[in-house]
Amino acid sequence: MSELRYTANTQLEQLHARYTGTGHADTTKYEWMTHQHRDTLASIAGHPPLLAYLAIADGECQARSKFEVIEKMLQPCGKPPGKTD
Amino acid sequence: MSEEENNGAYPRLQSYSAPQEILDEHAALADEEDVPDAFQDRAQPKQVAARQTDYQLRRFERTEALEEGEDDSYEDRMRLVNLQREEERVKRYREQMEKDKEQQDKQSQLPADDKTPPRAIADGDQTPPREKMEQDGASTPPKAKRRRWDVEETEVKKEEGGEDDVPKKRRSRWDQTPSDAPEAGEGKAKKSRWDQTPSASTSTVVHGQTGQFTSTGAMMVEDKRYRAMTDEDLDHLLPGKAEGYAICEVPEDYKPAPTVRKLVPATSADHGFMMQDDSDAAKARAAVGGLQGTMEQTEIEGIGTLQFLKQEDTQYFAKILGEGGGEEDDVGYTLEELKERKIMRLLLKIKNGTPPVRKTALRQITDRAREFGAGPLFDKILPLLMERTLEDQERHLLVKVIDRVLYKLDDLVRPYVHKILVVIEPLLIDEDYYARVEGREIISNLAKAAGLAHMISTMRPDIDHVDEYVRNTTARAFSVVASALGIPALLPFLKAVCRSKKSWQARHTGIRIIQQIAIMMGCAVLPHLRNLVDAIADGLQDEQQKVRTMTALSLAALAESAAPYGIESFDNVLKPLWLGIRQHRGKTLAAFLKAIGYIIPLMDPEYAGYYVRECMPILIREFQTSDEEMRRIVLQVIKQCAMTEGVSPTYVKEEVLPEFFKAFWVRRMALDKRNYKQLVETTTELAQKGGVSEIVGRVCNDLKDESEPFRKMVMETITNVVANVGAADIDERLEIQLIDGIIYAFQEQTLEDTVMLDGFGTVINALGSRVKPYLPQIVSMILWRLTNKSAKVRMLAADLTTKLAHIIKSNGEDQLLSKLGVVIFEQLGEEYPDALGSLIAAEGAIANVVGMTQMNPPVKDLLPRMTPILRNRHEKVQEATINLIGRIADRGAEFVPAKEWMRICFELLDLLKAHKKAIRRAAVNSFGYIAKAIGPQDVLSVLLTNLKVQERQSRVCSTVAIAIVAETCGPFTCIPAILNEYRTPELNVRNGCLKALAWVFEYVGEMSKDYINSVVGILDDALTDRDHVHRQTAAAIVKHLAIGVAGLGHEDALTHMLNLVWPNIFETSPHVIGGMMDAIEALRLGLGSGPILSYVLQGLFHPSRRVREVYWRIYNTLILGSSDAMVPFYPNMGSASDLASGQDYTRHDLMVMV
Repeated sequence: MSELRYTANTQLEQLHARYTGTGHADTTKYEWMTHQHRDTLASIAGHPPLLAYLAIADGECQARSKFEVIEKMLQPCGKPPGKTD
Repeated sequence: MSEEENNGAYPRLQSYSAPQEILDEHAALADEEDVPDAFQDRAQPKQVAARQTDYQLRRFERTEALEEGEDDSYEDRMRLVNLQREEERVKRYREQMEKDKEQQDKQSQLPADDKTPPRAIADGDQTPPREKMEQDGASTPPKAKRRRWDVEETEVKKEEGGEDDVPKKRRSRWDQTPSDAPEAGEGKAKKSRWDQTPSASTSTVVHGQTGQFTSTGAMMVEDKRYRAMTDEDLDHLLPGKAEGYAICEVPEDYKPAPTVRKLVPATSADHGFMMQDDSDAAKARAAVGGLQGTMEQTEIEGIGTLQFLKQEDTQYFAKILGEGGGEEDDVGYTLEELKERKIMRLLLKIKNGTPPVRKTALRQITDRAREFGAGPLFDKILPLLMERTLEDQERHLLVKVIDRVLYKLDDLVRPYVHKILVVIEPLLIDEDYYARVEGREIISNLAKAAGLAHMISTMRPDIDHVDEYVRNTTARAFSVVASALGIPALLPFLKAVCRSKKSWQARHTGIRIIQQIAIMMGCAVLPHLRNLVDAIADGLQDEQQKVRTMTALSLAALAESAAPYGIESFDNVLKPLWLGIRQHRGKTLAAFLKAIGYIIPLMDPEYAGYYVRECMPILIREFQTSDEEMRRIVLQVIKQCAMTEGVSPTYVKEEVLPEFFKAFWVRRMALDKRNYKQLVETTTELAQKGGVSEIVGRVCNDLKDESEPFRKMVMETITNVVANVGAADIDERLEIQLIDGIIYAFQEQTLEDTVMLDGFGTVINALGSRVKPYLPQIVSMILWRLTNKSAKVRMLAADLTTKLAHIIKSNGEDQLLSKLGVVIFEQLGEEYPDALGSLIAAEGAIANVVGMTQMNPPVKDLLPRMTPILRNRHEKVQEATINLIGRIADRGAEFVPAKEWMRICFELLDLLKAHKKAIRRAAVNSFGYIAKAIGPQDVLSVLLTNLKVQERQSRVCSTVAIAIVAETCGPFTCIPAILNEYRTPELNVRNGCLKALAWVFEYVGEMSKDYINSVVGILDDALTDRDHVHRQTAAAIVKHLAIGVAGLGHEDALTHMLNLVWPNIFETSPHVIGGMMDAIEALRLGLGSGPILSYVLQGLFHPSRRVREVYWRIYNTLILGSSDAMVPFYPNMGSASDLASGQDYTRHDLMVMV
């Protein structure tokens, strides 16, 4: 174990509890990508111009697009991979 | 030296001191051990028990924690508690019977013409009747003991037999008749611990197996009954060879276990005087391997370096100290014994070890807590905490161990909850704030680990314990549990306890729990206020007086923490409270009034007015009370009533004030600190309603009272009132009276505090222009007192000048100021530093208000006079001087020749080493002003040369001063000089230059955009230096640069710096890594998070955990700082293989095209 255990990472648990999206050395690719997708979707939902662009491209109204974007956040990358090892 | 002088009776000596024989005598005295040290009693006792009150020491009567093993079952403990209650009841009953009988006897004996009032009437007489004392001594009823009901009778009998003739020292309790008060007084005189008789306080506690650990600091020796038998003894006892018996050989594999020595106090008061048996003491010492207690640092084999080792420690840790105690002897033990030895070793290291030893031991015991198990750990830790000679530091460390261990053990701790509580609860009533906090922390962790149900069932038996001490601490512990697990969880239980039909003690404790909850949680009780109030509401009509009192106190606490909300929750209790104040007297009435006092401020104005009117007659009646506590409560309630809107000023003026002043404004009130404070507060509050002239008019004549504390109290009140309400209301006559009184009080002042001074300043400033006619009088008083022979008077006069300078100027009395200025200037030869500091501050204040041009004496005379004073070592003088010089440099530098300023610059360098931060800061700022006045070159060269000195403090301040010069004179004046100085091949100088640059860029902010390209070279060099401090400082420069130029288009240079900083992310030293992370964070601002993310992506999934940890740390800071900004920069991760296993990582929403 590194010395960081006693200095930098002591508050890691609180950090994770408080801020979603933060990770640690054992974060899996799936978790990491899920957070990225959620960030992206949140960004679209939170920036009206982006949302308008998406709505025009999909040919939907903005409210529906927004709803879909938010719904998608549940499992944006599909089911988690089974335990391999 | 002439011959005649030498011919005198005494030869001349080189030096004079005490005669040699006296010195020898004292040296001999010091060598003897038992001579009491005169300073011993005055030194702050480190031992916790030594400075605790009798009440707090009652914790030693709880012995549950000393027995090994798990807690008793709930059933057993309930049975025990019931048994004790019954015992107590019988005891009380017997006492009552005896008292009655005695009463009857006495009455029959009393002669008919005896005029002495019966004892019950002579109020306040504490002396017990003689008969009673004698009787108490003769046949003390056996004290209630905490004892397992199933312990064999014989053992108990034996102990009691030994105790019967010991006079019992009973602790004074407020709810008990102090039957043996004189004896308690006698016991008080024995403060020091060596002459404490151990038996007086412990004999009731010590049971056979636990006696060893509850030593009182007396020397413990082996008990004769357990000494080994000699061969001779055995020959006498056993049949010998003649009868056909043979003595067996000792088998080879036999190894005597390190027996637990049975120890008893060497001197025991039970048997009267006893000579100290040296051989016994020596044996005991030998028994622990020849180790004696020592207060010095000792190296002990197998343990490490200990800071100290007390006599008690050598006994407690006997198994691992001395012979056969080392780690290499850990053979031939069972697993359990090995564990025990390991734990003891770790505990000794933690308790007594040097910081590094302690640290590793603490980590070990934490890491292996689950492996050791709860039982062995607590069996060792808890008795240590009950040790009588425990000191603050040891207690803190042991509590820390418990905290860490608890966290690891989690629910394994359950069987030991009660034992831990017994030890930790006393911390909750400790006088030390931090001890209380630690106690709360532990109990709340304990509650979280053990769970609510278990906590309740553990603490339930203590709720109606016979001992008030146990109930009190339990109530506090319960409030901690409530705050840890939430009030709602505990509410049903509390409701049930507060309505307990079985015993009033339970109700009392339940209500007290709610009081403690209110005190501890503050406004967090608001959501549950109604429930809490309803739970205790019935208590106001309880048949037990104590319960009623406690209920009122709890309501007061609840109202206090709920203020200003929640009046609707108190609806149910208003009526009983207001009825109650008519029915009760004494303590209960005080509690009821207190509750009312806290509830009134919550009410709407019209209701408040009504209720105040209701209770005012009672309050006014109680003005006359002789009970101090009641007086304070009455004052408090009056204050709270006066605060509410619903009470009209006329009501206060007509109904309250006359009685109030008659009862409270007497000299006696000024003598007690708490009365004093409360009275000042209340009067100040009344002035808000009654007006200044009403209050000041009444008290201002007392400024000439002959009692100084009383004058002080008057002055403080006037100060507060005038500061709050202003002086507009004061008419001319009162004004004359007031100023006259203040001048008198100021002149007569002998106490050392600032009350008079502050009062003088406040009143004069409030009067403003109306004070003009009095100024000549005041100034002549000051002038006269400035030449007084007492240094303190001179100092006060100077301080007063500082306060009044502003008001004298605004009244246009410039000639008075200049006269003061000249006189103070002449006084600058003052030899007392405190007075000198005040004088300089006064001169500074005058210079401040009149300005540098009009200043008399002229600045060009004043400043050279200050230069030598700068060398004065006294902080007050230094601070005042540096402030004055800084002011002159700022406002009137042109009046002084440049050469004089340079001289001051050199003197100022010394002040950079000052301990007080304010002085250092003032000195650093002065450099800036001087540089502005005489140009930066000379100042800068002084400062840059100063980078070569040894003291770090001085160097650091120089760098700050350089930065300030850069800020005031422009960076272009300094940066070239710094860059040039960096070429000096000397580590300190180079470091100082870097540090100075860091400050410069911090101070100049956006201006650094013009210099970023000039410093890239120096950063190249510094960030690739071998010395890590160099790199750290350079990182600080990068940080401030990056923040300064963010958004100004210098990405090229910043990227270059990022490339230089990045390789340092694997540093381990906390400061260095912190500096690097800061720099990267700042570069995120300067460059945007995208480029940083592209650096971070390289290592997020690196095969080495060490690398991954660092990269994820940086990634987390990116997420915290700008997660939204990273969305466009995330890499494209979609792949066919992931798709095949069901995960689609492509961000399709970003692929759409219109």
